[in-house]
Amino acid sequence: MTLTPAELTSAVSGGIGTSPQRPDGNLKVRGEFAYASDLWHEDMIWGATLRSPHPYARITSVDITEALKVPGVYAVLTADDVPGRNLYGLEHKDQPVLAVDVVRYQGEPIALVGADHPETALRAMKKIVVTYEVLEPVVDMETAVDDTPLHPGGNLVRHVPIRRGSQDVTAEVVVTGRYEVGMQDQAFLGPESGLAVPASDGSVDLYIATQWLHVDRDQIAAALGLPQEQVRLTLSGVGGAFGGREDLSMQVHACLLALHTGKPVKMVYNREESFYGHVHRHPAVLYYEHGADHTGKLVYVRTRMYLDGGAYASSTPAVVANAATLGVGPYEVDNVTVDAYGVYTNNPPCGAMRGFGAVQAGFAYESQMDKLAEALGMSPVDVRVRNAMTEGSVMPTGQVVDSAAPVAQLLKLVQDKPLPAGTSSDIRELPGGVSNTTHGEGVVRRVGYAVGIKNICFSEGYDDYSTARVRVSMVNGSLSAAVHTAACEVGQGLVTIMQQIVRTELGIERVTVLPMDTTIGNGGSTSASRQTYVTGGAVKAACALVRDKLAGRTDIGDEVIDETTEWRHRATEAIDPVTGQGNAHVQYGFAAHRAVVDVDVDLGLVRVVALDCAQDVGKALNPQAVVGQIQGGSAQGLGLAVMEEIQTSGGKVRNPSFTDYLIPTVLDMPPMSIDVLELADPHAPYGIRGVGEPPTISSTPAIVAAIRAATGLALTRVPVRPEHLTGT
Amino acid sequence: MDFLRPETLAEALEIKAERPDAVPIAGGTDVMVELNYDHRRPAALLDLTRIPELQQWEDGLRVGAGVPYVRIIDELGAQLPGLAMASRTVGSPQIRNRGTVGGNLGAASPAGDTHPVLLASDAVIEVASVRGTRMIPAAEFYLGVKRNALEPDELIVAVHLTPAKGPQQFSKVGTRNAMVIAVCSFAISLFPQENRVGAAVGSAAPTPRRAPEAEEFLASALDFKNPKPLLDSVKREFGELVSRAASPIDDVRGSAAYRKHALAVMARRTLGWAWQELLAKKNGSEERPCA
Amino acid sequence: MTTSRRQFFGQAAAVSAGVALSAPAVEALAAEPAPAGLVDVVFEVNGERQKLRLDPRVTLLDALREQLGLVGTKKGCDRGQCGACTVHVDDRRVLSCLTLTATLQGKEVTTIEGIADGDDLHPVQRAFIDHDGFQCGFCTSGQIMSAVKVVEEREVRTDDQIREAMSGNICRCGAYPNILEAIKQAKAGDR
Repeated sequence: MTLTPAELTSAVSGGIGTSPQRPDGNLKVRGEFAYASDLWHEDMIWGATLRSPHPYARITSVDITEALKVPGVYAVLTADDVPGRNLYGLEHKDQPVLAVDVVRYQGEPIALVGADHPETALRAMKKIVVTYEVLEPVVDMETAVDDTPLHPGGNLVRHVPIRRGSQDVTAEVVVTGRYEVGMQDQAFLGPESGLAVPASDGSVDLYIATQWLHVDRDQIAAALGLPQEQVRLTLSGVGGAFGGREDLSMQVHACLLALHTGKPVKMVYNREESFYGHVHRHPAVLYYEHGADHTGKLVYVRTRMYLDGGAYASSTPAVVANAATLGVGPYEVDNVTVDAYGVYTNNPPCGAMRGFGAVQAGFAYESQMDKLAEALGMSPVDVRVRNAMTEGSVMPTGQVVDSAAPVAQLLKLVQDKPLPAGTSSDIRELPGGVSNTTHGEGVVRRVGYAVGIKNICFSEGYDDYSTARVRVSMVNGSLSAAVHTAACEVGQGLVTIMQQIVRTELGIERVTVLPMDTTIGNGGSTSASRQTYVTGGAVKAACALVRDKLAGRTDIGDEVIDETTEWRHRATEAIDPVTGQGNAHVQYGFAAHRAVVDVDVDLGLVRVVALDCAQDVGKALNPQAVVGQIQGGSAQGLGLAVMEEIQTSGGKVRNPSFTDYLIPTVLDMPPMSIDVLELADPHAPYGIRGVGEPPTISSTPAIVAAIRAATGLALTRVPVRPEHLTGT
Repeated sequence: MDFLRPETLAEALEIKAERPDAVPIAGGTDVMVELNYDHRRPAALLDLTRIPELQQWEDGLRVGAGVPYVRIIDELGAQLPGLAMASRTVGSPQIRNRGTVGGNLGAASPAGDTHPVLLASDAVIEVASVRGTRMIPAAEFYLGVKRNALEPDELIVAVHLTPAKGPQQFSKVGTRNAMVIAVCSFAISLFPQENRVGAAVGSAAPTPRRAPEAEEFLASALDFKNPKPLLDSVKREFGELVSRAASPIDDVRGSAAYRKHALAVMARRTLGWAWQELLAKKNGSEERPCA
Repeated sequence: MTTSRRQFFGQAAAVSAGVALSAPAVEALAAEPAPAGLVDVVFEVNGERQKLRLDPRVTLLDALREQLGLVGTKKGCDRGQCGACTVHVDDRRVLSCLTLTATLQGKEVTTIEGIADGDDLHPVQRAFIDHDGFQCGFCTSGQIMSAVKVVEEREVRTDDQIREAMSGNICRCGAYPNILEAIKQAKAGDR
């Protein structure tokens, strides 16, 4: 077993391992927490964005003359007004701030209007005349590479091959499948919003809901042609993120308008615009072949997968690498062949969403494991346990898993949980709910299992670090601490975790979390389940520096101890571009689900009756928040399983509203019994393991497995629709 | 835009006569979506929320067009079980606190939840103008997609319904277990004393519509005087005929083929529940299927 | 602690002076009738009389947020499908995005800002904190305004009944189990 760090007990209440009240809780329940959309500045004007109605078109002209004449309009800007580099992107700088000559997706920004009122901006926008030569969009991810090139380098964003072991081995039992994952939306409840305030020296302040202040800043500064220090960002309240705020939305736009007009500019997307304004989860097509011996031991896995990145790269390269390197799941397989392709199309751009490539692969490999179980006459749990990786297992990349990997244990935990009571007679507990579609007729209850694997933190050699500053001084006769980072709180509770760490490390109960901004160094992205690990690590390290200076004193008089430090997790490596070999990842997280599902097999309606989960979190710094993450991740996985999809047709979004993009309600979300394992990772601060993403991966395939069991159908696509279940 | 705030029905009708372009608004749950997204910019809005006549129901039954769904559920569940069941599926509790049957009729969306019930229960829509009052049977009210039989100067005043004399059921398919727009819906009303059946489909044709062949078949196949357990063949045939009455389309909420299939299933099931209720009553049992 | 609208800019003052959170006070209405295209409305918000002169298309949600500076009520979808904008009008919970301000003449509106008693939280607010009934908090105002009414509804007792009664409030962070527990706590205290 691995080294377990000593149990840390806190000298004061609210330290790690406890669940103190969130510092933002009081404000949030009073409606006083300042979300980006709540900001107001005297003399501010409103920004609006003119977007392309076409998925692919050449822009032949843009005429803003009439729009400029609308009273109350301060500015109408086009690509010509972008002073710096009119291209940005997380990994490839391929996305224009404002379109030049061509639009590559429906909703691509073409022009901006700044006006005294949102209504004025809207009126002016309608007077901008754009003429297009509409082009045939590229929409099929499987053939995109050979289709019309949408970018200078062609339509292949990244191909990740993995070759491990024998490439031509055969097996006694072989199952194959083709799987599809629809385009899921983060659908954070607080639409994109920000307020840009120009300064007299030509610099700008941006108050923004984002996931990564510094990379926003760097991209904004480049587009504005300003030095980085002249673009200052402060995090405002974030109404959920889930990956959808890792890319820029209106950040540059608001700053451009502010600098151009000399006025503070507020931009707020409405829900429809939000669907066009951020990247989504990559839809995917995945081909799999699993070979096993008669005992169920996997001999090989071969897969070819396509991930549709849409019009711009965003984080497609990293998503593809995740899908590839995690593509066989949490199983030991000696012989692996993976070819994962991320492509450009004229579909909506796709990038980060909770689970990040591991979700798509997870649905496919877990579906395959069930298929294998069936072919072998084994139980779904047995076939998984038979192949479950453990600490010391070797990944398809050749990386040795060097901390706990309790895959079999997680599966057994959920398997052993008591089953819910039998089918209810209350329609609220039946498929269809209050719509009164069944009183039990056609309802079949079955169980499904799944387990998933997710890399935690940034991978492939990325210099992933965070910066933390801890300041201690006397307030009212006792020590008081303040903690300052640029790591974004998006609802996950990082603000609580940071307080808890400071309390534990310094024994100081009163801890203030300062606003997150770019006056301090990079905090890294609030993604990849990494903030407790990396920013938590940085806060812990800063506390150690402060502790040295405190030297046990409880009264430091007028002295202020103020320490800032960077902290990075152990380095990772790039993977070999031909074989995919390399120590790509920092840490792996695992979760398993058992879904109990009632399916109305005649109407094709589903109610998830129970969704139990077991997850290893290394160390639960805040047990209540850990459970909250597991519930939330599972709910989003449930959404992908049975209802959530951005439907596109010819590159156009057909359902950009909450009327037709459905998110689980409280009646759709079943009770969850959750087991949290704490098997410390000796490489991580306090032994923690990232929590947020793993439950999103296994919840979807567990639910679909149960629906398959209830219907006997193959169900190779999520979300599962009534049409799939009824053959209509 | 003008905002017109009559205090009485008479005043409202006069305004509507002068301003036929004024869009009536009561609960607002339909109209507001179009206003918020600027899909519609009427020249005038006619606020009906201040008119007491519209907010009442009277025995008989005459249900004012402005009675919100929540009151139909709470106050009229026993007399109008079908309408109450449909009302319970409208939007969310917040929407049911504001939304009204009058609004559902005014919007005349094929997906409106109460339409199939109104059709199956022989509702009559009372509309009025300064020229007088018209009583329009529900079956003649829906003319096309979001088009109804209202003249430009008319307002929907009330819905007339007979208290249920037999079992009623409503069923709706949506891909979420609450707060969902109908993929398709179905309502059935049994009239045992008259040996008659009402059946209607929603969200499965350009308008909500009755299924007359299904109604006739069932009326002849059922023995209301001496009810016996239903034959599966009767349920199946009924379901088939209901399905055939629909002419749905493929859209983002569902396929035409699924809608036809689901209607048949819902028709079979709701008939089963309704008939079970009838049998139970005949047998002196107070048991009712859960709703 | 973290940021409230007031504290947020108190702390960030060095970065940017002058950013505030509430819109300017509503100008007193003139005695003369509203000019063409505008309409006057007098109603109560959180016990205070408000007189507004506005475009008749202005929703209660926008009036609260943009004219009265009450930004606790949130705009999540603007079409009645998320519940984030739930407020009480004459003691019933309604969606402020689907309510025209002009229809509220003489009505009483209560928002999230109006349910605590000074520093003392409403029992439902307290319960949401105790049970961690939120993460990002964007839906929380609406959840709490809905929950306050659900707690009052005596006929809503079982978990399923609470779920049905709360099904108009989406929580994308998935805090539903904790929201349910919070409502049960508040209901227990209410009995």
